Amino acid sequence: MSKPGTEENPLRVAIVGAGPTGFYSAEQLFKDRRYHVLVDMYERLPTPFGLVRYGVAPDHQKIKSVTKLFDRVAQRPEFRFFGYVEIGTDVTVDDLRRHYHQIIFTTGAQTDRNLNIPGEELKGSYAATDFVAWYNGHPDFRDCEFDLSVETASVIGVGNVAVDVVRILSRTPEELARTDIADYALEALRHSKIREVYMLGRRGPAQAAFTTPEIKELGELDDAVVWVPPEEAMLDPLSEESLAESADRATARKVEVIQSYSQEIPETTKTRRIILRFLVSPVEFIGDEHGHLQQIRLVHNELYKTDAGTLRPRATDREEIIPSGIAFRSIGYTGVPIYGVPFKSSWGVILNRDGRVIDPDTQEPLTGLYTAGWIKRGASGVIGTNKPDAAETIEAMLDDLEAGRTLEPDDPSPEGAEALVAARKPTYFSYADWQRLDEIEVKRGEEQGRPRVKFTDVHEMLEALEKEAA
Amino acid sequence: MKVLRILAAKSGQIVTIRPEQTIREATALLVKHNIGALVVVAEGEEKPLGIVSERDIIRQIAADEACFSDPVETIMTGHVITGTPQDDLYSVAHTMTERRFRHLPIMDEGRLVGIISIGDVLKAQRDAYRGEIDTREVQLQAGEY
Repeated sequence: MSKPGTEENPLRVAIVGAGPTGFYSAEQLFKDRRYHVLVDMYERLPTPFGLVRYGVAPDHQKIKSVTKLFDRVAQRPEFRFFGYVEIGTDVTVDDLRRHYHQIIFTTGAQTDRNLNIPGEELKGSYAATDFVAWYNGHPDFRDCEFDLSVETASVIGVGNVAVDVVRILSRTPEELARTDIADYALEALRHSKIREVYMLGRRGPAQAAFTTPEIKELGELDDAVVWVPPEEAMLDPLSEESLAESADRATARKVEVIQSYSQEIPETTKTRRIILRFLVSPVEFIGDEHGHLQQIRLVHNELYKTDAGTLRPRATDREEIIPSGIAFRSIGYTGVPIYGVPFKSSWGVILNRDGRVIDPDTQEPLTGLYTAGWIKRGASGVIGTNKPDAAETIEAMLDDLEAGRTLEPDDPSPEGAEALVAARKPTYFSYADWQRLDEIEVKRGEEQGRPRVKFTDVHEMLEALEKEAA
Repeated sequence: MKVLRILAAKSGQIVTIRPEQTIREATALLVKHNIGALVVVAEGEEKPLGIVSERDIIRQIAADEACFSDPVETIMTGHVITGTPQDDLYSVAHTMTERRFRHLPIMDEGRLVGIISIGDVLKAQRDAYRGEIDTREVQLQAGEY
C-alpha cells in the first residue's frame, strides 16, 4: 500500500489530551500542505483546553483567549473531538494502534510533587494543583473541601502557580465575582477568614520562577498589601555577582519589584496581607491534637554555587516557626503515566527522544508513538512554550512518515474509530457538544456580568445536552 | 527553567567511551551518533574521567597524523565539570559561555544520565522566548493585560 498522507489514504493521527499542546500539535499537522491528515483528539474530560480551562486562574481571562486559536483548529473538517474518553481505560493504546498511523500523547502534568517532610499528611495540607482545579470547576475536584476558616495560609513555592493561589486567596469576593471561578468556590471564598498569606521560596529573589507581571499584579489587589522582610529582599553576594555578570535585565526588573515591597507598609485600610519570604524551606508541618495543621517550622537557607554555575540552597542552623492553618505545596507539577506507554517516574515524563517515545529495553523509538508538551519535557514555561515543542514532535513524525516508519492499522477509516468510541463510551462528547455547552456557559455568565458560569459536573453537562447518562 | 527540561526529551542519548579505546573508535562513534563529544568513563564506573570532543580530535590530527590508534585518554579533557537535572538553564548557559566549554555531562544521584550541548541550551532558550512572546501576544490581542 502507498504511504499514508494522500487524499485516498490520509494519515490518521490520534492526539491524546486536549490541552494547548494537543491543539498546537493539530495546528502544526494541518500546516504541512504536503500531506492529507485526519486528526482525532481524545480527552479524558468532556471539555477541551486542559489547563487553559482548569489551570489558568479565573482572573486571567486574557490568557484564556488563546482558546480562540484552538477553536479555529477544531472547526476544520479534518478534525474530530472525542471528549470524556480516557485512553488506557475506555480505549487502550493497543486499540488506537488498530486505527491510527501515529499517536501523540499530550496529557500534560497534573499533580504536585510532595515535599517529603513530617506532617505533610495533616489536615489542612494540600497540593496547590488540587486547589487550582477546584476553584476552576474541574469535575474531578469539585467535591474537594478546603478549610478556609483559618486566618493564616502558606503557599510553598515561588512559581506562577504559587502566585495564582496567593492571589485567589487574597482577592475580595467582589473581585472574584467578576471571574468565571466555580460558583461553589466563590461561595467558599466569600466566607474565607484568611487574612494573611505567606509565600515561601527556598532561594532568593533573583531565583524566583514567577514572572514580573505576575508579581507586580499582587501589589495591585483591592484589599491586600504585599510585604517582604527587607533582609530577605536584599540579594546575597553570590546572587548580586551572578546578576551583574549575566546582565539579565528581566531578572533585575523582577528583583526591583520584589524590593519595592520591602518598604515599611504605609498607613492603609486594606485588611489582607501577603508576605513574601525568601531563603526559607519548610522542614516540618506542626499540627494540633486533632491533626489539623497549625504551624510550619522553617529553616533559613544560604546559597552556594554549583560547578555548573547554579545557585542552590543549603540549610543553615537558623530555624523559625510561622503560624499556618492551611498550606498549599506548589513546588512543581509532575505527569501521570498512561497504561501501555513507557514512563520515567523520577522525572514525571514519557520516555522520549525529541518527541519519539522510546522503548526502555532497546532505547529505540517505538513505532508510531510520540509525545509533546509537559508530559514530554516536564512542566516548564508558559502556554506558548508548547508551540515550538509540539513543532519539534510533528517534525519527527513527518520525518518518520517520509521514511515509511508508521503503524499499519487494520482499519484506518474514520468510521472505524468512531464506531469503537461509540461502543466503548456511548456518552462521549463531540466538538459540537462542547460548542453547545460553551454557548450555555457564556450565556449564563452574561446574566451575571461574568465571562461564563462553568458546568462543573459531568451529569449536568450530559443533562444539558439531553444525553443519556451511562 | 531547569536542565531537566532538555534532558527529559533526550532519553538514552548519552554515548560513552572507555579511556583505553582508540581515537579511531571515538571518531566512528561521533559520526555514527551525529554528536560532538563523548563522555569518557572507565568500565563499570559512572563518574566521567573526561570528555573527548571533535575539537580535541582535530587538534591531535593536526599535530600527529598517525594518532588514530592512540587511546582517547591521551587527548581527552580531564577535570570535567558536571551538572545535575536541577541546575538552572540560564546559569549553565552563562557558565558554558564564560568558561568556553560546549558539553556538560549530567549526573543524577551519582549516575551519569545524559549530556547537554551548548546547542541544546540555545534551542531551549530560543523556544522559551518564542513561547513567552507568543503568549504575551495573545494577551495583548485580547486587550489590556
